[in-house]
Formats: sequence, structure tokens, C-alpha cells
Amino acid sequence: MSILFKYYGRHFGWIVAAFVFLFIQAQCDLALPQYMSDIVTYGIAVSDTGYIIQKGLMMLLVSLTGVAAAVSVGFVASRLGASLARDLRVSVFTKVSAYSNAEFDKFSTSSLITRSTNDITQILVFSVMLIRMIFYAPIMGIGGAIKCLTMSGDMPMMAMAISIALAVLIVLIIFLLLVVQPKFTKIQKMVDDTNLVARESLTGMMVIRAFNTQKHEEDRFEQVNSRLTGTNLFVNRIMVLMMPFMTCIMNGLSLAIVWIAAISAQSVGDVANMMAFMQYSMHIIMSFMVVSMVFILMPRAVVSARRIGEVLDSEVSITDRPDAKDAGRLTGVLEFQDVTFAYPGGGDPALSHISFTAKPGQTVAFIGSTGSGKSTLINLIPRLYDVTEGKITIDGTDIRDFTKASLRRNIGFVPQKNVLFSGTIKSNLKYGRQSAEDESPEAADEAMKKAARIAQAAEFIESKPDGYQSEVAQGGGNVSGGQKQRLAIARALDKKCPIYVFDDSFSALDFKTDAQLRRALKAETADATVLIVAQRVGTIMGADQIIVLDEGKIAGIGTHRELLASCQVYADIAHSQLSEEELA
Amino acid sequence: MEQNQTTPKRPTPHGPMRGHGPMGGPRGGMPGEKAKDFSGTMKKTLRYMRRSIPAILVAFIFAIGGVVLTLNVPNVLGEATDELILGVTRRSVYDQLTEMQDDMENIGKSIAAIPQEELLPLLADQSATMQTLVDRGYLSAADAESLGSEFLNTPLSAFREMSQSGAMSQSFATIGEFAEALEQASPDAAKMLNQIPEKYREEIFATPLDTRPEVDLAAIGRIILILIVMIGSAAVISYVQGFIMAGVAQKLSYRFRKDIDLKINKLPLSFYDKTTHGEVMSLITNDVDTISTTLNQSLSQILTSVVTLFGALFMMLRISWIMTLAGLVILPLALLLIMLVVKRSQRYFARQQEYLGHVNGHIEEMYAGHTVVQLYNGEEKSLHQFKEYNNELYQSAWRSQFLSGLMQPIMSFIGNLGYVIVCVLGGFLTVNGQITVGNIQAFVQYLRQFNQPITQIASITNTLQSTAAAAERVFGFLEQEEEQETGAASPKHVEGNVCFEHVRFGYTPDKVIIHDFSAGIKAGQRVAIVGPTGAGKTTIVKLLMRFYEINAGKISIDGVDTKEYLRSSLRSEIGMVLQDTWLFSGSIRENIRYGRLDATDEEVYAAAKMACADHFIRTLPGGYDFVINEEAGNISQGQKQLLTIARAILADPALLILDEATSSVDTRTELLIQKAMDRLMQGRTSFIIAHRLSTIRDADLILVLKDGDIIEQGTHQQLLQKDGFYASLYNSQFETSAAEAG
Repeated sequence: MSILFKYYGRHFGWIVAAFVFLFIQAQCDLALPQYMSDIVTYGIAVSDTGYIIQKGLMMLLVSLTGVAAAVSVGFVASRLGASLARDLRVSVFTKVSAYSNAEFDKFSTSSLITRSTNDITQILVFSVMLIRMIFYAPIMGIGGAIKCLTMSGDMPMMAMAISIALAVLIVLIIFLLLVVQPKFTKIQKMVDDTNLVARESLTGMMVIRAFNTQKHEEDRFEQVNSRLTGTNLFVNRIMVLMMPFMTCIMNGLSLAIVWIAAISAQSVGDVANMMAFMQYSMHIIMSFMVVSMVFILMPRAVVSARRIGEVLDSEVSITDRPDAKDAGRLTGVLEFQDVTFAYPGGGDPALSHISFTAKPGQTVAFIGSTGSGKSTLINLIPRLYDVTEGKITIDGTDIRDFTKASLRRNIGFVPQKNVLFSGTIKSNLKYGRQSAEDESPEAADEAMKKAARIAQAAEFIESKPDGYQSEVAQGGGNVSGGQKQRLAIARALDKKCPIYVFDDSFSALDFKTDAQLRRALKAETADATVLIVAQRVGTIMGADQIIVLDEGKIAGIGTHRELLASCQVYADIAHSQLSEEELA
Repeated sequence: MEQNQTTPKRPTPHGPMRGHGPMGGPRGGMPGEKAKDFSGTMKKTLRYMRRSIPAILVAFIFAIGGVVLTLNVPNVLGEATDELILGVTRRSVYDQLTEMQDDMENIGKSIAAIPQEELLPLLADQSATMQTLVDRGYLSAADAESLGSEFLNTPLSAFREMSQSGAMSQSFATIGEFAEALEQASPDAAKMLNQIPEKYREEIFATPLDTRPEVDLAAIGRIILILIVMIGSAAVISYVQGFIMAGVAQKLSYRFRKDIDLKINKLPLSFYDKTTHGEVMSLITNDVDTISTTLNQSLSQILTSVVTLFGALFMMLRISWIMTLAGLVILPLALLLIMLVVKRSQRYFARQQEYLGHVNGHIEEMYAGHTVVQLYNGEEKSLHQFKEYNNELYQSAWRSQFLSGLMQPIMSFIGNLGYVIVCVLGGFLTVNGQITVGNIQAFVQYLRQFNQPITQIASITNTLQSTAAAAERVFGFLEQEEEQETGAASPKHVEGNVCFEHVRFGYTPDKVIIHDFSAGIKAGQRVAIVGPTGAGKTTIVKLLMRFYEINAGKISIDGVDTKEYLRSSLRSEIGMVLQDTWLFSGSIRENIRYGRLDATDEEVYAAAKMACADHFIRTLPGGYDFVINEEAGNISQGQKQLLTIARAILADPALLILDEATSSVDTRTELLIQKAMDRLMQGRTSFIIAHRLSTIRDADLILVLKDGDIIEQGTHQQLLQKDGFYASLYNSQFETSAAEAG
């Protein structure tokens, strides 16, 4: 909730205005029954039509003022709510953009998306309601109570009647909170269960049909479905009790007021007051109900606020050092010096004591089973994560002494999961090229096309009717896996870097394209330091240096031939994939 | 009840928040989705729930009954108020009159005390008034004052007449008689009596003077008792109605969910090529919920609203047609205002939804691609774009919010306006004696009851529309054509000879991918299916399992066309281990037993041992009872594959379909999988979607696929000699190695 206060603080003036308007609106709404009472007492009871007209005009004026105030409240509330949402969105988005991968791992991407979209919407809904209804209700309730107290001069039992009605209401609400609320949580769980089984019968469709277990699945669904229905029915049947009960309380209160007036009214004025009284008591009860609604709505908003707060308060683990310098254009001598890395909160190190050097013009390949730390290792190079111990240097300087942006400008990185952004093929290929320095647009286009040719992407791009201007859907949804991979490679190549990193980047390509691509790449990156993570031994047999990883440690470094002879892990992998004559 | 899910995505609006407004549901007449065929869908819905119709009708009768009962409450309450006002007025008139009488008696006594010689000239003097008596000291100023200041100007002559007529001493039967006498004598009294509203006057005048009239508590008590009964029974009735409808709604949701789930298993797989899982899930999560909520709340609400509307109108007309007319004059104005506001706000609402889509889309895209954004220093660009979208969203959001929020003040203003009119006009009419104060009080409440449903019309029509749209989707799904059986035979003993004859197939009729495929596979042979990613290697599998039907040609097992078999009996002869390992949330034991539901525990353990899975299962907490959770994230991909192999072993099929592991499995597990698969394939005809060269080389037949079509077939040697696509595929792998090495 503190987030709400902080952001509302920025708009203090508006808040004050909202309260002023709310107060005016409440006063106007409260004045009307009083006027009616006056009309009855001093107009109707004494047949004074002049008085009736005069008060009628006043009522009209008050109504107009009231509606004007209400509209103003609406105006302020919508602007406040919308700007709160806008500010929160920018804060969260800016913060998340600055996150490093460790924070993304901590929250998970989908959770971050929910926090930036749904949770903010929850806050928005709640805050608008807060101003419009929840702030208004107490003003009305207290105002109504004051009116009641001043008017009930001759009828002291009135206040008691209202208190009793409120007490009954409180008991009812507590009952609902205690009995029904926990059921709602249960229902949510049952809904999830039902959806789970249904989703499983969708995702497992082929298996279910293959094993002819439709009946089994249907029974499973029947179970969760009837359990959900039963609980739902129970809760709903309690909930429908609410409305009649509320009506009974309100009507009962009206009757009590009439009875109290009957035994204690002294004059017509008292009866007229009673009529106003009935309306005030409704205001009091209604406002009480609205306030109690806060208890139902608040938990959800509080959860959302807390989730957003966690995002905003999270410390970004990888930042530029205060004295970080611009890396400029590096040559690309990459060295790992006794690097150990453990994921934050992850316990055992994912990498331990890794040392090696990669020089410009060399290709260094990493191989090892899943979970051996290949991707983790190369993620350290562009500082997606920072080393825990030891250091990584490029051209002799610790990479943590560079600014992140300038370091990353020097690295052409093709991640395992290739992501394209909505736009055109061209906008995606040029994504890496931050500022086209003193290059002419034509030259830039030519460079882009060259990168596409090397990545074996030019052919399919140019076969599209719109060529490089072809639309790319969100996340690259309209591009096949292999094409996506080639575009991602082209995007990296277009950066023209001294260091290239390919994280299992050729897996979606067929053998033929894979081979062509790597031949073209070899020529293009002749002067660059190239790091490749691969699964297939065949892909990396020709590398200058192969580093075999096993459970985060280096199991062997050397060329294919050397490793076959010296490294058991490598030999195992190689033999499981290739035959003797192919290994030779 | 609201069940907030984040799962499904519909193709239309962007982002994770489909349909519902970002500001908390469609309020204030926001445009929702519309059904294409509203009445048709409604008819279908009615037919679907025809068994519940009697219950609904009963609920409807109860709903109407409840409304009718409560409809009379304001009226009766007004009677109580009238009775109260009458009683209080009567009492105060009596009190004033008797007080006046006392005063006059006092004065009479004072006057009687005045010596005759002084009194007579005064009586003769036309200009002498009561004031003169006071001035002369015959009358105390206080006594005179108690009669009222105007009384002082009464000529003494008039007073004498009054005194002679005996008005001051005579006793009257009723207030009326007394008042009549008094009226002529005292202008003050006349004024007081004139002020009594016409309606009450008659009754007050008939009140006897012998005792002080009290408020008729018995009468009011009776009225309150009647009201208690009315309100109480209305509450009970309304609860019964709610109870019934809750039952109907839940039963209907239950049936909808069940039918959808049943349908999922009956539709041909080709249906799911056009429909995403999210869409089907959305039927269960969102659409069924929408229908049930409408049934639970809106349906009775609509009915009660309509009854209330007409009932209130009727009651208002009964009280006063003039007031009814005056109260309703503002209605067209209200509707006009609302229409104007709704129209404008819909425009902004649509715009808001659009920008919300942009903002959320951008968030999703940038978060999903965060690594790339970082690696390519795209943060600033992304933030800039975000701010642009966000500002646009802000502009339309607050306007839409403001405009839709206008409805409420407008309606409450209209309500207040009616209130003012009723008070003023009612005041006039009461003074004229046409209605009573109680009528005013009742009328105010009726007017409110009348206005309320009108405010709800907009939201109710929206609710109905979106319900119809939801129902239409659900029925659209339930009415999809189901997989038809083409034969009823069950294979007795399957050897495993599979024969493809001129098979022709396309996922859509206009795009044939397998043109003319023939091959004969003998029992126990191994068939390797190879080809680049996305070449459609699983197609053959799907055809063999009859997940899809071939367009032409014939697939036969042991010489029998597979079309002659019952699908289920055909499939029970074929085991399947796919790389996309599907396990359901449940224990490992249950998952393995899935292969044959009646298998004993011992058979399950034996299968697990065969599949090299026993060892790792026993290391898990709980062993075979270890529960695999939703996305099966708590065991590794390779382990999952071992479990699916165990499942297939348990099923003991004659034919096998295997999907070799590719990259996601670590080497040690891969060796285990290999071993398990080899065991599984012993003596069975096997189709292997192959990635490993050794598997491919050892196969009895290799099917080479490209773009879905089988372009080559033969053994490894035959294909290499052919020097076609397979050869180039095979060679390319070593070409690079050579290039790099050299």
C-alpha cells in the first residue's frame, strides 16, 4: 500500500481537490432530506405554498451543485487513477528494463509481465474505487450520523435503532468473511484443478487416444468437476442469502424508526424529521456496507501492490561501476581467470575454476551434457551474470571495469532462445546497430544484406514479396524456427564485433544449411574471436580449441583428436553420436 | 462469482486481459462482444437447459411474487406516516383549542369581575378592544398575551356576543363543532384551523373533545405488523428464488464443462489444427463462467427489474397521475443524456483498449526478449517506445474512465430532480387535499424504484449480448463434427506387417503433402523416418494411428485395411513414445499405469525396470508415489522420456512408434534411453523418428521426408548410392567438419 501513498503524494493537490468535491457532494446529498422535512413541517403542515416553492428551488440548486461536485470528483478520480497507472507502469517498466538476468530468474518472465500489466490494473481499479466510493462513504456516513443526532432531539431511541441495525450488519459481514471467504480460496484451487485436467486432456490428446484412456480422463474430470460444482453451489447459496438479509435489515430499520416516532413524536415537525431520518439511516448503512467492501477488495489490491513493490524494490545485481570506462573498440583477447560462478541463491557453483584464453581468429567450442554449464559460461561474457569469483578480461581489462553498454557493443551474441521483435525484417536485422555513426543509409543497407547472405537468410528474405520490409509479428511468431535462427545470426553479424558468441545457434537448421552457414561464417569472422556452444560433435570437430564441460568443471581442453585420446567424457559423447570411421 | 484466470488468450484483443475492461469490467454500457445469431443462440441455450426450465419458471414466479410483495411496502409505510401525522396533528389541534378555551375562560372570568358601570360603556364603544381592557388594568397582560396578539384587537362587542352565545362555557361534542364556533370569534383560531391540510381536516374535526386524542398506536402497530409479514415473506421468497437459480446455474455450468470435456476427446485431431488449446480452455474458464453468472444473477435481475418498472409505474399512477407525469417528464432527458455519454465514452473506451493492447504487447515482447534487449543495448529504444504508448493510453484512459463515470452522477441527478419535483408538486397537492404526506413519502420511493431498472438497461443488454456470444462459442464447439468410426473390427493377433499403398494425404484438402506413398514393412522390421526439422516426420505416425484420415490409398496391418478397425482397438496395438513427453499431474505409479489401467503394481515395477527408470524413481522422495506436478518441472526431460517408455512397455503393443531424443537430454540419460528403447523394440515393428546416425544406418527401411512428402526410401546403402537428398543430407554433416579441420 505504501506505493499507493507514494504515488498519490505526487498529486497531493488533486487529492485535496477530490476531498473538497467529495465533501460538497456529500453535503448536497445530505441536505435534500432535510429540505423535504422542512417542506412537510413548515410548508405542507401550515399550507404555505410559497414556502414550498422557495424550498423547492433551493433543492434544485443543491441538486445542481451536487451533480457538479460529483462530476468534478469523477474528473479528478479518473485523472488521478490514470496518472497513477501511467506512472507506475513507467516505473516498473524502467526498473525491469534495467534488470539483469538474475532478477528475471528470480521473478520469472511471466510473473514480471503479470506484475506490469494485471497487477497495475488491479491497483488502478482499486484506487479509482477508493476515491469514488470508499472515501465518499465515510463522509456520507458520518454526515448522516451527525444529521441524525441533531434531528433526533425528541426521539433518543432512534440512535439506538441504527446502532442495533449496524451491529447486526457487522455480525453478518464477519460471518461472511469467516465462513465464505475461505471457501472462495478453496474454489479457486478447485477451478485450477478443473482447468488442469481439461488442459491435460488437450495437451495429451495423442497419448490419451493412443492408450484409449478417454474414459479414464473423463472420470478424472468428472471428479474435479463435481467437486467444484458442489462447493460452488454451497457458496452461492450462502451468498444469495445476503441480499434478502440486507433488505430485511434496511426495511426493519425503517419500521423501527416509524414505531419509535409513533410513540415519541410531539409535533408534525417530528414526523417530518422521521421521514428524513429514514433516508439518513439508509445513507449510514450503505456507507457502512461500502466501507466493509474495502475488506473484501483490499486484500487483492494489497497483494498486487506488494508484488509491484517487490519489483520496484529489487536491487539490480549488475550495474556499471562508478568508475567504469567506455570499452571503445576491443581487439577481442578473451580470458577467463579461475572463474567460479553460482546462481544467486542457487547453492552449489554452476561453474568452478574455469580458466582459458580465446584469441582473435580462433574458434573455441564448448561441449558437454545438459546442465554442464555451457550456456552459463558464455552468459558471463556479456555480463548477463557477473562472476562470483575470479575474473574475465578482454584485452587485459576486467569486463566489470567497462560500462555494460560499451562492453556489449563489442559482442555479437546469438542466444539459444532467439527472439525477434515486431517490426520488419530490416528493423530486426539492424537492431544491433545502435547509431549508424557516419555511415550512409545505403551502405548500412548493404552491410545488412551482406550479413543476411552470410547467415543464409538472404534467399528466403528476398523470396518474400516485401523482402526486407516484410512484417515480423510479435516475438517473431510468423517466422519459422530455422529462419528465426538465421535472422538472429544475421542480426549479430550486422553488429560487426571483435567477439562472436553462438549458443547452440545451429540446432534448428538442417545439415545442409548448417554447413553452408558455417563455411560463410568462417570467412567472415576470420579476425574475430568466436565462441560456439554445440550439441553435435560433428559441428565442432574442426574448432581450434574444444572445451569439454562436465558438471561445471572443465573436463578437458584441446582439439578433437587430442580430446578423443585424453578425455573420457568427450570420447563418450563422440562415440554415442558418430561411428568410428566418422570420428577419424 | 468471478473466477479470475490468466490462462487463455483469444486471438482478438491483445495481451493477457481479454474482454474485461481494464478498469474493472464492462460498466456504463461499454461495448462488449456480440453474438452473431442472438436469438438462435438463445433458443439453443433454452433447449440445452430444458430440464431446468420448470425450476427456472418456479424461480421466476417467486421473483415476481417477491417484487409484488415488496412493491406495496412504500405505500403501506406511507399509510403509517399518514396515521402518525394525523394523530400528531389531531393532538396538537386539540391541545391548542383546549388551551385557547382555558385562556378564554380566564378572560371571561376577568371580564366578569369588571364592575358593570365600567364595562357597559366600553361594550357600547365600537372602538374599544381587548387592548383597552389591558390598558385599563382589568386584564393582566399575561392572560391577554396567551390568547395571541391579534386577539387584542378583537372588538369587545364581538367578544360579548361570543360570551353571550356561551361559546366559552358550553361544551362541544367534537373538535369540529367547537372550531366552527371559535372560528367566527377568533381570527387566530380560524387561521390555525385553516392550516390543517384538507385531507386530515375532516377526520380531525370528527374527533370528540371529551378526552385528549392520542396517536393511534394500535393502528400504526397493525400497519407495522403487516409490513413485517410482507417484508419477511418477500425475503424468504427472494431467497428461495436465489437458491433455485444458484442450483440451475451450477448444474448448467457442470453440464457445460462436462460436455466440453467429453467433446475434446471426440473431435478429430485435425480440428485442433485450426483451434488453439487456449481457445478451448477459454470455453471452460471464461465462457461457461459468463453464462453461469448471467443465469445466477442477471436473469432474475432482468425479470425483477421489468416487474418493478411496471409495478412502480402502476403504484405511482394510483397515487397521482399528475405527479407521475411530472416525474416521468425528465426520463427522456435522462435517456438522451445517457446516450450521448455512452456514445462518446465508447469511442474512448475502444481507443483505450487499443493502446492497452499496445502497452501490454510491448511489455510482453520486451520482457520475453529481455536478454536480446540487453545484449543489443536496446533498453533506451524500448523505453522510449513504451512511454509513447503509455502516454497515449493515459490520454484515452482517463477520458474513457471519466465519461463512463459520468453515468452515475447523471442518474443520481435525475433521481434528485424527480425528488424535488415530487416534494414541491406533492406539497401543493397535499395542501389542496388531493394526496397525503404519506403519499409523497411513498411516491419518492416508487420513483426511485422506477429509475433504477432504467439505469440497468444498458448494462443488462451488454450482459445478455456477451452471454449470447459466450454461449454461441460453446455451442459452436459442442456442435463440431465428431470423429466417425469407419469399421468395427478388432484385430485378433497382430504380427506387425504394415503396408502403405498409394497413400495420399494433406492436412487441408487443397494442400496435399504426401502424394503417392507405398511401402511394405515386414513384422519386426525397423523403419527410420528422417528429414530436416519441420519436414513433417510425425505425419506418418499420425496416419498410422489414424489421428488423421488419408485422402486416398490404403494403410493395412497384416493385410487388413486399418479403416476396418475400430479406432480404439487399432490404437491399442500401437505403442507410442514421443519426444514431447506427456505426463499428467499425478504419481509416477499412475503415470506408468496409464499404459494399461488394470496393470498390477508388480507389472508397473517390472515395466519401470525394463525402461531403466526403476533406479531413478527409487531415488525420488516417495519413490513411485512421487507426484509429478503440472508442467512436470520437477523431473528432467530425459527421466520423463524413460517414464513414457515404461508406459509403452506396460501397454505391450505389437507396433511401436518412437521419437528419438535430440538435444535436451544429457548424455548419461541418453544412453539409458537408448538402452530402454532397444529393449522395447525387440520383436516389434517399429517406426523411429530418428536423429542418431547409428539408428538410421541400422534401419531396415529409411523414409526421407522433405516438406511433408516422402521423397526417398530405401536402406542406408541404397540411398547413399542413389546420391539424392539423403546423401547430401548425410554428407553435409562431415563436409563442414572437414572444411573446418582443413
